Amino acid sequence: MFAWGVNCRNIRQHNMKVSVNLARGLFNALKTAPPALARSHFTYYPTTATSDKGDLQKMNMFQAINQAMDIALDEDPSALLFGEDVGFGGVFRCSMNLRDKYGKQRVFNTPLCEQGIAGFAIGVANAGATAIAEIQFADYIFPAFDQIVNEAAKYRYRSGGMYDCGSLTIRAPCGAVGHGALYHSQSPEAYFAHTPGLKVVIPRGPIKAKGLLLACIKDPNPCIVFEPKTLYRAAVEQVPTGVYTSELGKADILREGNDVTLIGWGTQVHVLLEVADLAKKELNVDCEVIDLVSILPWDRDTVCNSASKTGRVVVAHEAPYTQGFGSELAAYIQEKCFLRLEAPVKRVTGWDTPFPHVFEPFYLPDKHRCLAAVKDIVNY
Amino acid sequence: MLFLRNPTKIITRAARLRQHRLTTALVEGKRNYGQAMFPGARAAPFVNQLKLTMPQDYAPIPIYRVLNREGEIADPTQDPRLGQEVVEKMFRDMVLLNTMDKILYESQRQGRISFYMTNFGEEASHIGSAAALELRDIIYGQYREAGVLVWRGFKIDQFIDQCYGNDEDVGRGKQMPVHYGSKELNFVTISSPLTTQMPQAVGTAYALKCRPKNDACVVCYFGEGAASEGDAHAAFNFASTLDCPVILFCRNNGFAISTPSHEQYNGDGIAARGPAYGIATIRCDGTDVFAVYNAMKVAREFVLRENKPIVLEAMAYRVGHHSTSDDSTAYRPADEIEVWNSVEHPISKLKRYMVHKGWFNEAKENEYVKDVRKQVLKQIAVSEKKLKPNWREMFEGVYAEMPTHLQDQMNELEQHVEAHKDNYPLKNFKH
Repeated sequence: MFAWGVNCRNIRQHNMKVSVNLARGLFNALKTAPPALARSHFTYYPTTATSDKGDLQKMNMFQAINQAMDIALDEDPSALLFGEDVGFGGVFRCSMNLRDKYGKQRVFNTPLCEQGIAGFAIGVANAGATAIAEIQFADYIFPAFDQIVNEAAKYRYRSGGMYDCGSLTIRAPCGAVGHGALYHSQSPEAYFAHTPGLKVVIPRGPIKAKGLLLACIKDPNPCIVFEPKTLYRAAVEQVPTGVYTSELGKADILREGNDVTLIGWGTQVHVLLEVADLAKKELNVDCEVIDLVSILPWDRDTVCNSASKTGRVVVAHEAPYTQGFGSELAAYIQEKCFLRLEAPVKRVTGWDTPFPHVFEPFYLPDKHRCLAAVKDIVNY
Repeated sequence: MLFLRNPTKIITRAARLRQHRLTTALVEGKRNYGQAMFPGARAAPFVNQLKLTMPQDYAPIPIYRVLNREGEIADPTQDPRLGQEVVEKMFRDMVLLNTMDKILYESQRQGRISFYMTNFGEEASHIGSAAALELRDIIYGQYREAGVLVWRGFKIDQFIDQCYGNDEDVGRGKQMPVHYGSKELNFVTISSPLTTQMPQAVGTAYALKCRPKNDACVVCYFGEGAASEGDAHAAFNFASTLDCPVILFCRNNGFAISTPSHEQYNGDGIAARGPAYGIATIRCDGTDVFAVYNAMKVAREFVLRENKPIVLEAMAYRVGHHSTSDDSTAYRPADEIEVWNSVEHPISKLKRYMVHKGWFNEAKENEYVKDVRKQVLKQIAVSEKKLKPNWREMFEGVYAEMPTHLQDQMNELEQHVEAHKDNYPLKNFKH
């Protein structure tokens, strides 16, 4: 399996310095990509921390995730953190310094084998310990699909509640990153949304990432956190340094409006916030923007209340159109809000193709396509 | 892999030390022209002649056995010296499993339960291995390990209630028959997907190792067919690199449904893979309860002392059909089965041993078999009359709590069933 971090994998521990530098080089290359590739399809809209959860500190998303895992390891002596290359800090730096702080028995590399990572994690959780497993890219979660879908999700159910792997959390970087092509860009949430027994969440930034990760680690069900990798460095907010959790299964209304409901998650939320600004400015249309946050179980009340209020809904996600999670939302909204709808629910998504390399700007449901959808739906 | 010629010799530690010295020399800029210093292999020597390393360069790993066919102990030093009471429990548990299997197999044939899998021919590997463990050791199984549960004290009614999925089934009627589990007996609930339990067992072993003063290991049973799955590779490799106190117990019974083992792999069985992953390995006669017992005893001590895994391959023969959905005479001769069902049968071997010891009492055993038969038949009658759990339990246990969308779906079904009562088998379910 090819990933950006693979090159440094053959180098043994005594050459750690070399491997760290190599990885840094590779990932700095991501950051300092040539202008053509660096063109970002979104503008980041920071969240303002409102609650009193300790001092605020400026952090990007990987730092907030790092802090969440630090808290989890500190609070729970049974907690283990593992995956490919997590020992030296992770190819996205999410586990920086944690091995030094908690020891290599608790923060460690596994062999390069996703089904092994997931199965091992289920076993750790089944013993009652807390497992925080990393899949290096969501694109590489499919070898673990059997363990996640047939095993983790069904553990409690099939044993009549005797056994469970509720203390399991899987983290995986997902989503478009500008030049990730087929296997460093995928958004596989819909595959898992079809699996009773799992919880699936996607943060839109540092505050949410920390809160959701801590909530998933504490939740008595197996959880998957898909972290939009393009936000690891780009998303910077004032993050509370204390312990707090974000409720699972709860959507956030980021902007209130009366004309059109825009629903997205992850990076797409920022696209939709910009679309709401543009719609106001160019069309004088008042958009309500919802970050769905939780894919499974998802917040039907917040979505239906908003859809009933506005009568018009645009759902946008990076993943392909057919059987994307937007289909579930559209079907549910038309079933429950039929008499309130003024127009069919519109889905703006990635195309039904693999995620391409050089065509990425044409593939993504960017602000122009979303704004066009808003225009269409108000003129319906 | 050179040491495979002498399978009893395990030199990982020495080799690692040598590797360490080599890498130290490398880092310090010293030169060692005789040996390779590649980080990816042990300190292997260079050679100047090209030679294929052939599988037949390695002798097959021998099969450890204590009892011969006649039920005699060939080497007295290997006598586990188990008292009469223990040996009698071993024998009776094997007989109980065998008797229960025969009746439940028949009751599936009569359509009383939906499915069944027998354990014929493999009773010794269950009982011998279970007897060498402590109850606190955690078991992960495949599905043909009911004998382990028998040894641990799972009762006839618990087996049969599970097969019927009635209200007494601890699994709450959610899985197919023979998918047993018991929290109090530390037997993790069986699931159908093959081999998924293997990396899980390794993870559990790792978690146990992290506990202060850990004195429990994990045992993971799997068939030789399951060992072809990717999860087996994952488990072997994770167990080795992460130093987990787990016994990877392979029941090599020659067949995976219709597929004979020579179509399953071309190497020296499963045991030979152990050393390739850097794992200590034992192969034993799975029809010899004492060989399995001794092997397991040594394995348990080893994994707990070293915090390392062991691969244990118990050779046997699947005497019964794969399952009630299979007729095995379609792919193997009946007279071959007969050999394994008589002279090479684990129960016959232990019986012969007990006869030599003067511990076998024909009348007493006949009485025991009769008694077990009666219990099983009676329990079938009782279990099949018991109501199934309340159908609403279908929605429970998906999550620790019931999310609102599942509550809504349960309510929806409730209203539907209420309106269409006559179309559903409500009388068979608790209310």
